[in-house]
Amino acid sequence: MPVEISVRVNGKGFQHQIEPRLLLVHYLRDVLELTGTHVGCETSLCGACTVLLDGKAVKSCTMLAVQVSGSEITTIEGLAAQGPANGGGLHPVQEGFWEKHGLQCGFCTPGMILASVDLLHNNSSPSQDEIRHALSGNLCRCTGYQHIVEAVEYAAKKMKPRKRA
Amino acid sequence: MLPGGGATVWRAPAQEDSMAAATRYLGKPMKRKEDPRLIQGLSHYVDDIVLPNLLHAAILHSPYAHARIRSVDTLKAQSAPGVVLVLTGADIRGAIGPVPCAAVIPDMKAAPRPVLARDRVRFVGEGVAVVVASGSYAARDALDLIEVDYEPLTPVVDPEKAIANGATVLHEGHKDNVAYRWELEGGDVKAAFKNADKIVKQRMINQRLIPVAMEPRGVVADYKPGERQLTVWSSTQIPHLLRTQIAAMLATPEHSVRVITPEVGGGFGSKLNVYPEEALVAYLAMKLGKPVKWIESRRENFQTTIHGRDQINDVEVAVKRDGTILGLRLGIIADLGAYYQLLTPLIPTLTALMSSGCYKIPAIRIEIIGALTNKMATDAYRGAGRPEATYFIERALDLVAAELKKDPVEVRRKNFPKPNEFPYATPTGVIYDSANYDKSLDLALKISDYKKLRLDQAKARKEGRVVGIGLSTYVEICAMGPSSAMPAGGWESATVRIEPTGMVNIMTGSSPHGQGQETSFAQLGAEILGLEPNDVNVVHGDTAIVPYGIGTFGSRATAVGGTAVYKSLMKLREKVAAIAGHILAEDPSNLVFDKMRITSKADAKKSLAFGEAVGAAYVAKTLPPNMEPGLEATTFFEPSNFTFPFGAHVCVVEIDPETGDVRLTKYVAVDDCGNVLNPLLVEGQVQGGIAQAVGQALLEEAVYDEQGQLITGELMDYALPRAGDLPWLETARTVTPSPVNPMGVKGVGEAGTIGATPALANAVADALEPFGVRHVDMPFKRERIWQLMQKGNRRAK
Repeated sequence: MPVEISVRVNGKGFQHQIEPRLLLVHYLRDVLELTGTHVGCETSLCGACTVLLDGKAVKSCTMLAVQVSGSEITTIEGLAAQGPANGGGLHPVQEGFWEKHGLQCGFCTPGMILASVDLLHNNSSPSQDEIRHALSGNLCRCTGYQHIVEAVEYAAKKMKPRKRA
Repeated sequence: MLPGGGATVWRAPAQEDSMAAATRYLGKPMKRKEDPRLIQGLSHYVDDIVLPNLLHAAILHSPYAHARIRSVDTLKAQSAPGVVLVLTGADIRGAIGPVPCAAVIPDMKAAPRPVLARDRVRFVGEGVAVVVASGSYAARDALDLIEVDYEPLTPVVDPEKAIANGATVLHEGHKDNVAYRWELEGGDVKAAFKNADKIVKQRMINQRLIPVAMEPRGVVADYKPGERQLTVWSSTQIPHLLRTQIAAMLATPEHSVRVITPEVGGGFGSKLNVYPEEALVAYLAMKLGKPVKWIESRRENFQTTIHGRDQINDVEVAVKRDGTILGLRLGIIADLGAYYQLLTPLIPTLTALMSSGCYKIPAIRIEIIGALTNKMATDAYRGAGRPEATYFIERALDLVAAELKKDPVEVRRKNFPKPNEFPYATPTGVIYDSANYDKSLDLALKISDYKKLRLDQAKARKEGRVVGIGLSTYVEICAMGPSSAMPAGGWESATVRIEPTGMVNIMTGSSPHGQGQETSFAQLGAEILGLEPNDVNVVHGDTAIVPYGIGTFGSRATAVGGTAVYKSLMKLREKVAAIAGHILAEDPSNLVFDKMRITSKADAKKSLAFGEAVGAAYVAKTLPPNMEPGLEATTFFEPSNFTFPFGAHVCVVEIDPETGDVRLTKYVAVDDCGNVLNPLLVEGQVQGGIAQAVGQALLEEAVYDEQGQLITGELMDYALPRAGDLPWLETARTVTPSPVNPMGVKGVGEAGTIGATPALANAVADALEPFGVRHVDMPFKRERIWQLMQKGNRRAK
């Protein structure tokens, strides 16, 4: 029996009748056509499907869509608009990944970026060890992570409120 | 700015800086053109492709490693909700040819893999039936309703037992499980071993690995019966070879097949292949007249996408007391798995070719036995046979050093061919193009402060700490390769078209999947034509648009594919210069392309906009006599040799004496890949390669149990390196241009994976030396290391 969910995704409200077993990642990808969230393992081990649920990073491949009814989701497609500069520019974390060559094939990147956003929300100037620890739930097979660490450092610096003299 | 009319972009510079200073874009760390779409979730991987009336396929896999199929009952599945079609191996008999193998080795037994198993399954994960349904959930549900009656047979798992007398034979018509025996000998091996002061022997296991590209494989196929056009989207590294093979497997004319590789989420060799699903999904789309999608799950990816490595290496090195190596004997038992994939039997032969390492070894004998076992096929995984070679020879050099009580650095230096000895021919029949092994080693020792590392180690040992230093000096065979040495051609193609508005399209036969050639080739185009990189667009991975190409693997995209691009660009620059010279009444060889203008070196007033000269090629009213209109050039570049990148890596490990936990505390990599188009991309390749090597050394191991079950069949059980498993990697480069191609590039895609694994293994062996450990096989998991330390401690008491 389909059930109704009501959810805000990237600032827009949606209501849908869905199969109760529909995974959140498939709701985002197949129903809302937001294919920037990727499925890498279906077991919450790789982190490619990471999205923000009420601001916190979650793995959307092991959550049911019905669990998020009433919540606010941010996917990679909705991140740029939330950047401090706004005006359609990139989020500082996205910028960091571009500037520091934090991606190669790009498949893990949306999840990696959203996990980094969550980290910087909780810790505005993380050490390299803290970055590595915070991203331990997100696998990347291409980069060896070093450029990702630098990307997050870049974003942290950029996001820090500047002290006026 | 480029020298006008020169034959090369830049001349072999002694220092990379001097090259970068002479260019506007080449050699510069330009950030990637690919990234904006990837960091915003706007790119399209196979699973992101949606077509009207799309159906979804799911495949039923064998739970047995070895069994006879008595019957397959699909009746219930066929009537399940949403199900459109269910097919078994018997249903497609004769309709789809077997999975192709391009490798040919004399006297090799055939082991073709059917697209779906018919009478017998030979590894866990082999496809038995396929369901097509209206949705992916419905398709998966219906798999549970298929009933297969299996009669289990004895699984053959261990490769040595597989080739022993009396083993159960996998394939009908074979008398045993030996796929082939292959021997290679160069120099007087008998004399070398007779004259040796010492013979150092060791068995080494290069364990089976699983590539685990972050994007699993996937296929979408669409057939338009009216136009008789089949379009296949696949996550592959070889779109053109795949098109040819799909046409052959389906007995369909090749001109009616189009393969598109959209964004590809990593390959590492695992997508340098032709898989059953690529033909099967195309067949289903043709049969049903509707588009069909199949997306591999991660479990399927572990079980049914190729594995890598899996060799047993028996090594014997004949040496003089002073450390001079006289000869090498190597026995390889390669576990090929149950069937051949595209290059399966070939991979161990690459190990043989590179068994000399970066050393002058005058006599070498190698024997390879390919073993058929009830496992997934092994094939090309990042490095493909060469990491195995580098691993055993670098471990052997350390064993020689230990035996002779010499420093590993000294033994290596003693046996390096010197820069003036290149091109250097090995007894295995390959010719190294160019190198300066001492130089990269010097730099690695300097950056790591090797002498101090040894002093620190001595101090640490006194404090009871377990610290090891590892060194590796490697050479790899890249830029694959001259066609004479490749199973399916080793050239690469590129078409460059300057469009009427002056915008440039580069259509490359390479098929990048993360490497960044959309950026580096744009840099090349901008440099040669005096444009901005954004004026140059790179198109790849669509057989309807791009000229027939070979693909991206074997660190060949820049050295072979890039050279084809370079040559096409030079042809067009010559043509545009001729047009501009005609309009300006100037000798074309005096013209310089820069900042979107073409200007005379002799007379700056003789100048016109690049776009004006391009426009003239299309309007075709002011062309020089007898010149064809248009601006398009195609090159099929055939390299004269492989390239041989090299380098030196130094690392430090510290082992926890209580737990056996190996921590990598320092890593220094000096790599030489010749000239580079974009150092940022090279850096990314090196770091990522090292991470995969760390994976092999410390974490990764594909384990099949005695029944042939893959017990490391998920990311939970197969440990990939995570961010916290790696230290800060210090990297540097020396630059020894390759003479094999005009740009002097060598390739870098596999360097890290090839160079780093032995450095790590040497460090761990060095750390355990006080415990009486001579050699330990990878991966260096805690329990293995801890047990060795316990044994050593007991011996000491």
